[in-house]
Amino acid sequence: MSQTRKELLVDPLVDNNPITLQVLGICSALAVTSSLQVAFVMALAVTFVTGFASMFISMLRNQIPGSIRIIVQMVIIASLVILVDQILKAYAFQISKTLSVFVGLIITNCIVMGRAEAFAMKNPPVASFIDGVGNGLGYGLILMLVGVIRELFGSGSLFGITILPTVNNGGWYVPNGLLLLPPSAFFVIGLLIWAFRTWKPNQVEEREYKIQQVEAH
Amino acid sequence: MGLRSFFDRIEPNFTKGGKYEKLFPIYEMVESFIYTPKTVTTAAPHARSYVDMKRIMTYVVIATIPCILFGMWNTGYQANAALAVLGPEAATGWRIAILQALGISLDPTSLFGNTVHGLLYFLPIYLTTLIVGGIWEVIFATVRGHEVNEGFLVTSMLYTLIMPATAPLWQVALGISFGVVIGKEVFGGTGKNFLNPALVGRAFLYFAYPANMSGDAVWTPVDGFSGATALAVSAADGYQALAADGISWMSAFLGTIQGSFGETSTLACLFGLGFLLMTKIANYRLIVGCLAGTIAFTWLLNLIGSDTNPMFAMPWYWHVVLGGYAFGLAFMVTEPVSASHTNLGRYIYGALIGVMVVLIRVVNPAFPEGMMLAILFGNVFAPLIDYFVVQANIKRRARRHV
Repeated sequence: MSQTRKELLVDPLVDNNPITLQVLGICSALAVTSSLQVAFVMALAVTFVTGFASMFISMLRNQIPGSIRIIVQMVIIASLVILVDQILKAYAFQISKTLSVFVGLIITNCIVMGRAEAFAMKNPPVASFIDGVGNGLGYGLILMLVGVIRELFGSGSLFGITILPTVNNGGWYVPNGLLLLPPSAFFVIGLLIWAFRTWKPNQVEEREYKIQQVEAH
Repeated sequence: MGLRSFFDRIEPNFTKGGKYEKLFPIYEMVESFIYTPKTVTTAAPHARSYVDMKRIMTYVVIATIPCILFGMWNTGYQANAALAVLGPEAATGWRIAILQALGISLDPTSLFGNTVHGLLYFLPIYLTTLIVGGIWEVIFATVRGHEVNEGFLVTSMLYTLIMPATAPLWQVALGISFGVVIGKEVFGGTGKNFLNPALVGRAFLYFAYPANMSGDAVWTPVDGFSGATALAVSAADGYQALAADGISWMSAFLGTIQGSFGETSTLACLFGLGFLLMTKIANYRLIVGCLAGTIAFTWLLNLIGSDTNPMFAMPWYWHVVLGGYAFGLAFMVTEPVSASHTNLGRYIYGALIGVMVVLIRVVNPAFPEGMMLAILFGNVFAPLIDYFVVQANIKRRARRHV
């Protein structure tokens, strides 16, 4: 194993972030970030599922036949997701209703599958668990950043607590309705990727083409 | 020649190694605004023409002049007419104070009074657009080391002309920031934008602050006055109901109706369009495609008919004079950068917009106006249309040489 456990946990936060570098899991990031509370619960759920799915798959990695490995992985992930879904329905019904189909869709979240395929199938359980949790946290970090921007400027609050009093409630802040629409997360994530790549230039992808500069004759 | 020698004297400060090397784009902007640019193309392909970018952009600004002048008069006219109905107690605000201090009448029949009143609405929005958008342009030009060019003058003028007169200035500033940065600079600047930056800014405001950008109260800048746009009336009661509001086809064609600054008058847009066609900046294929799409699709909808949706019955000659159709057709469908670049593609691109605008107006009850969204939709598809046209051409020629 080339990376230490600390690296496994910290790397996916910025240097190898599943959303901003690998551009995975975008669909749910668009859907659940309009309020911070929902984004937070979603981040927890994904971290839980990625961590434990990676661990269990890693435990079974030498028993899983290569030809049906995706099916086995899916069964493990799906069981965990159903568990999370049931817990949310029991203890946080309102949030579960807002998240609606997106908890179920964690099954198809590319981050979970990606970590299972790329890491857990080749590494021991503890390392896989840490790697899964790290990637879940990396996903969660972006979700929270996007959530802060969208909820603060879209409805003038954070975690439902009013920060900028809106005009409808007698305040001065005119909320930006665009930020409550899912497409706005595209812009916010795009700008975040821009910021990350300005901060860490080695994340910039290579150009696919180059405009030829010809000397004037 | 004092000015030229002044430029020559200060130039070494801005070129490589000079004291203000980083500020070169700003120096270049001022210098090339006054004199012709000195730099020549070094990258292939070389196309030689007297029509350089500076001239194209300046022509487009010239083409908008009829819309600007008419827009100022109409904004003032709508405001003064509303004041005449509501009485003198509705006449408040700094614009009224200025007009009264100068002794300019608020009579809606006075050509001069209307124009000055409209100018006082036009100027703050235009200046905000120029200053805020200009700051973004200069920041990007300085960081990236490319020059600031006249393209921004076009963007800021078009953007101002599609604003409602009551738009709050901070929203104007936010919209143009979004338009310039997301619509243009992130893709590499003028000539690399696949969307129309002015429309991107307008669309941003439309979705972010719908209460200030659409509805009944924003078009005429008088507090307490509310009047639906012609398209909103038609969507509710059919275009026949427009006559009851005093809107005839001719008044919609001339533009004495409510709407954004520059887009009410089809006639003024036609003047601009004629100029652009004459100078060959606008491609006639785009216009033909767009009109053909609209006429064919409206005709189809008229045939289908609907008992619940009166917009189905609206004939095409009403569609083209209402809302932003004429303005969008003249200045935005024809924008060469974001349109298709192949001749066949131009017909298809135009037709796509022509069909989409009617589709949005008629079938989607949430949006009475569809020109902005239709053009942005067309912009997104333009490269794809070109791709298929080019591929079809390659296939055809390959078959010829077996």
